[in-house]
Amino acid sequence: MKADTITAWFDERLAISSAAKVARKKEVPIHRHTIWYYFGGMTLFLFTVQVVTGILLLLYYRPSAENAFESVQFIMTEVQFGWLIRSVHSWSANLLIATLFVHMFSVFFMRAYRKPREVTWVTGVLLMFIALGFGFSGYLLPWNKLSFFATKVGTEIAGVIPVIGKPVLKFLRGGEDVTGATLTRFFGFHVAVLPAITTVLIAIHLLLVQLHGMSVPPKYEGKDLRRMKFFPNFFMRDLVGWILAVGVLAALAALFPWELGEKADAFAPAPAGIRPEWYFLFMFETLKLIPPKILGFDGEVIGILAFAAGGLVWLLVPFIDRANGEQKRRKIFILFGLVVVLYIVVMTLVGYLK
Amino acid sequence: MTRIVEHQAEVERHTGKDHECANCPNRAAALAPVELNGRRRFLNYLLGTSLGATLVAILYPILKFITPPEVIEATQSSVVAGKVSELAANSGKIFKFGNKPGLLIRTASGELKAFSATCTHLDCIVQYQPEEKRIWCACHNGQYNLNGQNTGGPPPRPLEEYVVNTRGDEIVVSKA
Amino acid sequence: MNQRSIQSQACGASEEPRGFSLIRAIKCVAVIGLALLVPFFTHGAASAEKKDSCVECHSQMADAAPAIAAPVEQMKGDVHSSHGFSCVDCHGGDAGADDMTEAMSRAKGFVGKPEPKAVPAFCGKCHSNAEQMKKFAPALRIDQEREYRTSVHGKLLEQGDRNVATCISCHGSHGVRAVNDPLSAVYPLNVAETCSKCHANADYMKSYNIEHDQYEKYKSSVHAKALYEKQDLSAPTCNDCHGNHGAAPPGIASVSNVCGQCHARQSTLFAQSPHKAAFDAVGFGECIECHSNHDIAQPSDEMIGVGEKSVCILCHDAREDNKGYVAARQMRARMDELAASIKSASDILTKAERAGMEVSRPKFELNEARDALTHARVLIHSFSTDEVEKVIKPGLDIAAKGESAGLAALDEWSYRRKGLAASLFFILFLAALVYLKVRQIENKQRGSNG
Repeated sequence: MKADTITAWFDERLAISSAAKVARKKEVPIHRHTIWYYFGGMTLFLFTVQVVTGILLLLYYRPSAENAFESVQFIMTEVQFGWLIRSVHSWSANLLIATLFVHMFSVFFMRAYRKPREVTWVTGVLLMFIALGFGFSGYLLPWNKLSFFATKVGTEIAGVIPVIGKPVLKFLRGGEDVTGATLTRFFGFHVAVLPAITTVLIAIHLLLVQLHGMSVPPKYEGKDLRRMKFFPNFFMRDLVGWILAVGVLAALAALFPWELGEKADAFAPAPAGIRPEWYFLFMFETLKLIPPKILGFDGEVIGILAFAAGGLVWLLVPFIDRANGEQKRRKIFILFGLVVVLYIVVMTLVGYLK
Repeated sequence: MTRIVEHQAEVERHTGKDHECANCPNRAAALAPVELNGRRRFLNYLLGTSLGATLVAILYPILKFITPPEVIEATQSSVVAGKVSELAANSGKIFKFGNKPGLLIRTASGELKAFSATCTHLDCIVQYQPEEKRIWCACHNGQYNLNGQNTGGPPPRPLEEYVVNTRGDEIVVSKA
Repeated sequence: MNQRSIQSQACGASEEPRGFSLIRAIKCVAVIGLALLVPFFTHGAASAEKKDSCVECHSQMADAAPAIAAPVEQMKGDVHSSHGFSCVDCHGGDAGADDMTEAMSRAKGFVGKPEPKAVPAFCGKCHSNAEQMKKFAPALRIDQEREYRTSVHGKLLEQGDRNVATCISCHGSHGVRAVNDPLSAVYPLNVAETCSKCHANADYMKSYNIEHDQYEKYKSSVHAKALYEKQDLSAPTCNDCHGNHGAAPPGIASVSNVCGQCHARQSTLFAQSPHKAAFDAVGFGECIECHSNHDIAQPSDEMIGVGEKSVCILCHDAREDNKGYVAARQMRARMDELAASIKSASDILTKAERAGMEVSRPKFELNEARDALTHARVLIHSFSTDEVEKVIKPGLDIAAKGESAGLAALDEWSYRRKGLAASLFFILFLAALVYLKVRQIENKQRGSNG
């Protein structure tokens, strides 16, 4: 009874029951590829983990060249469970990007971007770019030798873009070189700018998913499928995954603690075997393979422009793949997607096995 | 609560219509407590306790994390080097300043001075010589005066001087 | 007057009779032409500076007699020039006279190029004169000449040796630079090379029966490494041990005093040890007996003890009743023990640090043990096992403390892993339960569906 009264009190003011009614209606179609539906939620959960651990780290981290490394060392050694929070944050970042890729490619192969879900796709791809931005900016924050050089090389590549390259480089670095100014700037991006943009994009992305409901792969379109309720069934299944993810993160943090490294030194030479994080590796390896000159143009510039063009194509896939029924068209896109996935996997492996 | 949600879901499935509890003729029956069978009760109990335990396992480290540790700051810009009562006049003492050694001296006239104890020649640890009233490096006979300036032997530069303050009986040394 | 005298010199009025030559004729014309133009160029300058006929004439002899013209160019960088000194201040004569015989007349005090035997007094004219030096460089010493006479070089010079080093051999004659000028031949970084000009020359040294490998040996030494590679100007070079002007090898019995200028502790310990009397009696050169004099290498623990590479067994027989042998063996054994203990503690602490544990304080404190080992290496110069033991014992204690701190950190790390295992248990248990709950709910839903 008491619970009833409290609920009624909130409902009168916050219209919970109408929201609850909509939520109760939400259903998830059951078919062979239902399992992929979990990856969006998993990405969102890992993002939440990032926000929570990130805020905790903010209580001790100092974003200046003189103090950053020492503050991370402090977190790892003096703060109680600092080692846990920091390692979880670093590992969760990698898992997040992995699940994000799985989510994105599963959406691609199930062609869930078809009308009316084009905008959902676009917000999703933008979220991917921002996630990579989170990864790139966050990687610099411990201010160790590896992150210093990774940032140097990464921003150098950005600077190669014709016309806008130099201004972009200066904007990213906060000057000509990677310095303490770069660190402060990246910190600002990482904890304020990117989170703000992400919040808006996630809100739109989720709202659109609720609006349009779960999409089904083309072959199941129109068929009468079994459905399960989102609340509590799918959600509780989601929870199982999330709880297991917590376990995985705890294990990774305790068994493979994230390295502290050595404090960055602008005047020391680059350490041997320097390479970016795995999610940038395929692009890095590609650039290394490109010949110095292609048809008279600088090879690196061509490479970067090619990736930019690729990114644009990827963003606009729903508008390119308009044929809802054409078999041939569909096969091309599936092939295209497979080539992309294979390329990324192979080039990443190449980067690690070298 | 779960009961009501389940009931509503059931009714909607059967009738295909929205169902509001307030107008339901079966309200009494629906709201009557149900006899949960033993297995369900056990599962709920386990679920509750393990959920609680996991939440504690997650919240405990977080709470510990946000509690400030003993050593409150990463880079030590000041440190308690010793006690006034324990440092006799015309004597010196080595103390730890961050990761480097420091030399705390109480001169014959009672003044407190502190320097970096790393010799500027080849990084040996210097010492205070009460008889000669100077700072000396045993490695290559380097000599410094009580202002830290290199006065003899190989050392090319003076010793870095620190700021000394007293807080009650504590001697607090901080970077200049 | 100026032009005419130059013209007359170039064009005919010289002491030796010369026949006609085309080159001379051309030179004649050139000189006359130049001489006519000289007033236009030097009018302002000549009226401002003091007249210096030496420079005027000698600077024009670059083609005819380069050796005589060279000093003019060299003097431009000379420290004496910068104080306003010129040719006559050392060589005498009259700088105001344009006529050569007048300018270089003995009557006017001209001494010309001094004989080697006369060089010290030549320079000493000013450099041994307190009044004179006070006017320009009051802090410079004025006893170099006297010191020089006590040196091997000075004594040989006195006996008439013309080949031995005098002031100008090391400092140069024209173009002398201050000692703290990096271009000076006697700047610390350049001293060894300057000495080696004679002392590394086999033929030159043969007549004196002196070895000529000192420079080569010195360059391989730890002192040379400090001086040339680390640019540590306090590192010793030839003059720091042999003296500057009173250059002579230190006497056998004073070697440790010389080394003791920097290595004060080792020197004091040695002087108080039984080795000093023993070495002096036999005529061993103290420090250099074990450490060598020129090719002094970085000492290692291998030098002490009774092993193959040790220096102790060169004198001490391998017998139990040989006190020195027993002492050497003991000292080395204890030092090895301390070194091993430090390494073990350091390894454990590094392992703990890599695992993410906070061990900066134990690591810092372990440095005290390293200092104890360094201290022990100095104390062996007392050749007393008791003295060495005085630092080894505390060092071992500190190293042991470091090791236990490292082990404690590893224990804490292991505790964390156990904590992980426990929480993983709960997490997996919870996940399984939630899954079971889902199944239960779905079963119920299926059941009520029919």
